Amino acid sequence: MRTKRAVLLPLVLLTLLLAVFPLVGETFYIQLLTKVMIMAIFAMSLDLLVGYTGLVSLGHAAFYGLAGYVLARVAPQYEPASLWTTLPLAMAACAAFALLTGLLVLRTSGVYFIMVTLAFAQMLFFVFHDTPIGGGSDGIYIYAKPLVKIGETTLLDLEDRSVFFWFVLGLMAVVYLFLRRVLDSNFGRALVGIKTNEHRLQALGFPTFRYKLASYMLSGTLAGLAGYLAAAQFGFVNPEILGWHTSGGVLMMVILGGMGSVHGAALGAFAFILLQEVLSNQSWFGAVAKHWQLAMGLFIIGVALLLPRGLMGLMGVAGYFTGKAKSVDE
Amino acid sequence: MFIPRAGTRGQAPLLIPHNRDSEETRPMDTAFFFIQLLNGLQYGLLLFLVACGLTLIFGIMGIINLAHGSFYMIGAYIAWSLASMTGNLALAILLGIPLTVLLGMLLEWLLFRYLYARDHLYQVLMTYGLILVFEELRSLVWGDDVHGVAVPALLAGSIPLTDNLSYPIYRLAISVICLVLAGGLYWLIQKTRLGMMIRAGSTNREMVQALGINIKLLYTLIFALGVALAAFAGMIAAPVSSVYPNMGAQVLIICFVVVVIGGIGSVWGALLASVLIGLTDTFGKVLLPEYAGVSTYLLMALVLLWRPEGLFKRI
Repeated sequence: MRTKRAVLLPLVLLTLLLAVFPLVGETFYIQLLTKVMIMAIFAMSLDLLVGYTGLVSLGHAAFYGLAGYVLARVAPQYEPASLWTTLPLAMAACAAFALLTGLLVLRTSGVYFIMVTLAFAQMLFFVFHDTPIGGGSDGIYIYAKPLVKIGETTLLDLEDRSVFFWFVLGLMAVVYLFLRRVLDSNFGRALVGIKTNEHRLQALGFPTFRYKLASYMLSGTLAGLAGYLAAAQFGFVNPEILGWHTSGGVLMMVILGGMGSVHGAALGAFAFILLQEVLSNQSWFGAVAKHWQLAMGLFIIGVALLLPRGLMGLMGVAGYFTGKAKSVDE
Repeated sequence: MFIPRAGTRGQAPLLIPHNRDSEETRPMDTAFFFIQLLNGLQYGLLLFLVACGLTLIFGIMGIINLAHGSFYMIGAYIAWSLASMTGNLALAILLGIPLTVLLGMLLEWLLFRYLYARDHLYQVLMTYGLILVFEELRSLVWGDDVHGVAVPALLAGSIPLTDNLSYPIYRLAISVICLVLAGGLYWLIQKTRLGMMIRAGSTNREMVQALGINIKLLYTLIFALGVALAAFAGMIAAPVSSVYPNMGAQVLIICFVVVVIGGIGSVWGALLASVLIGLTDTFGKVLLPEYAGVSTYLLMALVLLWRPEGLFKRI
């Protein structure tokens, strides 16, 4: 699971490039890249589940949306909320929901798991859509970004676009390094073992259910972080963010990046969102841009049929021919 | 007071008071209960038509098909457009069924057969892509408006139950048609040679192939059957639920719940589970309208606690 030096260098360079972007970029692109980085956190969290533990979830939007709703509900209506209380609360809510549903969904596996995760996410959708706690189908507005203060001094002014950008960039890096640590640990190796051959790990005495539950909860909690940031950035939540198109999209990002490599998932998020922006760009495609999902759908079908290892797989093929590393991760 | 008309999914929920006080002053009388029972059955049987294709395709070919709900939507739109052309829903359905069978065979031949040996992940991905394609094609061909389809004149009336309650004949007809089809499926799977191959194919596909049965053709036929059943469900549901964008997604997710409860690959499990879900959803809407959306999922959670593999195993 050790990252090859060859991967580390480009990643560091990319991060540095991102870090200087707010100094030169236009507002629109700063916001777009912020969204992309939030989705990268979301995709990395799902990759822990899909790429490393072998659990294909089609309900990951549940955590993403739940965290956003927690922020919207806890924040005072017109004043900013404190990050120190709302973020841990949102992530704890996701962990609790993951524990609750995990005990049920992990009783199943394979195709059942896909259907059941989708069903539970849909259940949450209906909770926020039909009952008054989530503002119904209109959702809730969040008028101010959370405050990062110690005492009376503001550490970070998240209302500033560039500061928010750097804040998200920092969190993305932290999540990446954290996931690398987790996957390098014995726990991470056990997860990969479960993906490869769960019965064997059981025979070796690993309590695989508990490992899977821990992975599910960790993944859900990190997805909650992404959902919290997204709610703060866009300033509103509605039931659509819990919908299955969110889950499908993030799964697409993970596959696109090639499962089972954390930076791959992040790159998949970049590729997916940028593709979405390009396809729906009206000044380029005119009236066709309204139907951009057609092209996106065909693209997804193509990836599923032709690129089983995603875009990183393409790089692996290139590396094979240049005589370098056969695969990016072992 | 409640409106003496059957409520449906996709329309406004039944306008009945749901606070505790009025609940006591207006006990659920027999006729009203009976109507809800029929509604639940009708909704459940309709779900069965969609879910049995889903479960057959998974049980026999090992494919998880997210685009199955789209076939329901396509069926409804075909029925609407052909009915507005010909002015006759029955004729529209008769013309539409061969179209959907062809669509199913074409899709299996073009796309799905490359996914049999692949991981479920790629099946999810490809069929998710298909949904996007179908939705956009629907938007391009038929537009984004909601359309109503007239109930055929022959079945337009309703049967009076009490002074102010009556039940539409068309809904009864839906239930009857679905029951007949379920019977037909039973006959097909249990009594015919094709059914024998289907049952054998679901247990051991290599052995079936070794015995000289054309498994590729069998798969194409089963897939087309599943598509046609889902589309047919959409066609006969069009007059009650009307025709609207994204109508497939809701049906698909509920069908997943049905398949999980019934046991993946089990047609009879799907029948039992659909009726169970139909009744749970209908009575949930009547008794606790705000939490009705959740009720079916809670039922699924209970079944998962009790039997993680679903109620039935295999065909």
